Formats: sequence, structure tokens, C-alpha cells
Amino acid sequence: MANNNNNGDVKLIGAWPSPFVMRPRIALNIKSVEYEFLQEQFGSKSDLLLKSNPVHKKIPVLLHNDKPICESNIIVEYIDEVWSAGPSILPSDAHDRAVARFWAAYVDEKWFPNVRGAAAASSEEAKNAAVDQLKEGMALLEGAYVEISKGKDFFGGEKIGFIDIAFGSMLAWLRALQVMLGGVKLLDEEKTPGLCKWAAKFSADPAVKDVLPETEKIIEFAKLLVAKIKAAAASS
Amino acid sequence: MAKEIKLLGTWASPFSHRIELALKLKGLQFQYLEEDLSNKSQLLLQSNPVHKKIPVLIHNGNPISESLLIMEYIDETWQHQNPLLPKDPYGRAAARFWAKFIDEKVLWTAFKAYNDKGKEQEDAIEEFSQQLKFLEEELKGKEYFGGERFGFVDIASFFILQFLRVLQEVKEAELMTEEKYPVLFEWMEKLQGNEVVAGCLPPREKHVAYVRARRAAAEEAASKTKAA
Repeated sequence: MANNNNNGDVKLIGAWPSPFVMRPRIALNIKSVEYEFLQEQFGSKSDLLLKSNPVHKKIPVLLHNDKPICESNIIVEYIDEVWSAGPSILPSDAHDRAVARFWAAYVDEKWFPNVRGAAAASSEEAKNAAVDQLKEGMALLEGAYVEISKGKDFFGGEKIGFIDIAFGSMLAWLRALQVMLGGVKLLDEEKTPGLCKWAAKFSADPAVKDVLPETEKIIEFAKLLVAKIKAAAASS
Repeated sequence: MAKEIKLLGTWASPFSHRIELALKLKGLQFQYLEEDLSNKSQLLLQSNPVHKKIPVLIHNGNPISESLLIMEYIDETWQHQNPLLPKDPYGRAAARFWAKFIDEKVLWTAFKAYNDKGKEQEDAIEEFSQQLKFLEEELKGKEYFGGERFGFVDIASFFILQFLRVLQEVKEAELMTEEKYPVLFEWMEKLQGNEVVAGCLPPREKHVAYVRARRAAAEEAASKTKAA
């Protein structure tokens, strides 16, 4: 922290279980930028968070020399642009960048809501519908992976890039969900062989391995979170 | 030259208007293809198989979808005039943040505020009002969201807010008023007075009639579902 090579003061407000928080953590690791990780307490929001992200009141928030940057994928792009000397996260070609942003947005807008839907479903029907959507999404992402990686390990090619971070940050939750749903296969050796290989490589990457939590820890945390969601739904 | 750039859009969609304006600001020739959303073209379905939505930009045969992403693509590919995003990373992050806020929060909350009933509508009206206050605060003291010149956030938000004003007229609800949001209204007037920007807006009466018809159809379909 004291010796951050003129990177300025870098703080990240977040929490270890959040896949969205994992994204800037991985990005900062790729750039070898040290940062102070300010973890929020589960169930409450700090004054700093509320002041730094008054619009959404959500984590992650990057504070770079006390200036806040919010929204995980936007933070990752910011990190890539500021620390441009380090390994690049977004591709250099404009069309490839549009494709990368497209799939990162897809993960957030189409795929992830079904994770929440499946985990906190109030009926068997709702759960199955969410799982079906997730499986459809996995098939699409498998296709995207094959097309974009062009035979290399990652969506980003030889090294992890924007889509890898956006989707890879979901892996701990994805694995936990498979267990919590009684062995449902989202990463499927037969249906998504590319993603299975990719998931192993991504998880083992030096920028990732200390950030992605163990599946068991997420399962424990998920129980707390699901209880909270259900309580909120019951009281509204 | 014109064949290189195609825009698949619809005349009534604010997302489509964004791209028209971005292309015009860059001085680009393009072929505009009006889509019939009840009968989507093969080209649209091939170019955007995941979402099957407009707008889609096709440049040298390569399709790009999602209007904000298309705007970034346009800005990065044609850098010679009218930059849409600022150069500094913090300014870019802020611009992306506000544009995303419009698309993910403001638009959907506004729909509920204008179209829902009962408590859901009340809550949405409250939330919408708070969101407009955030925008008003962000704009205060500036000519445009982009600063001295209009840019990414201005383009992203202007057409959406204009669309919402059309919806407001159809629903006869006074949620966005000059009294409550004087800064936003002054900014909208400024942009309406800009020829290039105004040229991307459909005729007001036509837009109102269209949205009115769509709302009537949606409400009828909803009441049939309830009755069934």
C-alpha cells in the first residue's frame, strides 16, 4: 500500500461473496495494482458506500484518489484505461470490443437474474423455469466461447480478458448453484465442453485464484442471502 | 460508401434515434432500413440472433447490437469529429454510468410510473421522481451532461426523455414538469433547437398517436389475459 508505484490511492468497497466485486479485484490483480479492500458488513451499508454511490447504494465501488467509480464492468474498463501499461483487458479492435461488451452485458442482464431466480425460487415451477433459462444461456455462452476464443484458452485469447472476467466471476456461484439445486449441470462436459475447460483454466489463473471463493463458502453464504431475500419478499 | 454502414431501426424507437444522431454527428453516410417488429427481417434475425432487437449497426458486414455499445463503437471507429465520450478515463466511466442508469433504471421505472396502478405505481412515481432529481443534479451548472458540448449521456438520455414526454401526454400524467425539473427542461429545449438533433426526432403528433395506439393494444391484451 505504501509503495504503490504512483498508482495513487486505490480502495475498493465490496464484499468477498459478490461476483460483481470479484471483477475489479481480478482486473486490479492483472494490472498488479495494490488496493485497500474495504469490506461491507452483510446486512448493512457503510456511510462511505452510501456517500460514494448515492444513486445505487451498491458494491463494488472503486475509489481512486477518493473519486468513486461504480458499476462493476464500468470499473473494469476504467482500470484497463488508467493502467494501460499493464496487460490489456479489453481487445484492441473496435468490433471485438463491442462483442466483448455485448457478452458482458448479456451475463448481467439475461443470465445472472436467473441465478437469483433459481436460488431464491418460491416454487418448484419457478425454479425449473429459471434453470431452463440458465441452461439456454450456457449453450449461448458456449457458442460464444468457441467463436471468440478461436481455439485459445480464454474469450480474451491467450490471457483473460473482459468477457472472461465478467462471466468467470460468476463461477463460484455457478458451482454452488449446481450443488444447491441437487446436482443440476450447468457446466456440462457433454453440452458445454469448451466452458468446462475454460472454467478450470480461469479459476487457476494467478489473477483469479485468490479472489474466487471456494464453492462451500458460497453455499454457506447463499443460505444467509436466500433467507434474507425470502424474508424481504414475505414482508412486502 | 453508403453500403458500408447499415442501420436497422424503427422510426418510433428512442434507441434507434440515438444511433441516427451518432452517425449524423460523425458525418457518416449510411443506409437506413426500417424494421417491422411484427415481421422481423432475415437480416435483423441473422444480425442479432441473441436479442432479435433494433437498433443494429452493420459495418462492413459486421453487426453490432445494443445502442450504447453501438455508440461506443461509432465513437471509437470514427474519431475525426464530434467525440461522443471524453478522453479521460474518469469522465468516460461517469458517462457510461449515467447512460446505463437511464437504460436500466429510469426507463423501466418510468414505464411503471406511467402505466401501473395502485401501490406499485405510487412507488414507481416516487422512484422516478428521485431518479429525475439525480439527473437534474448531475446536469446543474453545465451546458450539457457532456460539459460544453453534448455527448454520450446527452444523446443517450435526450431521446429517452423525449419518448417519456410522449408517453406522459398519452397517459395525461404530469410526472415530468418544467417546474419540478427546470434544468432538465432547459437542456431539452436547447437540444430540440439543434437542427441535427431535432432531425432525428419523429413528428410529435405521429409519435403520440403511435404510442397511444400501442398502449391501448397493450391494455386490451392485459385485460383479456386477466379475464381469461
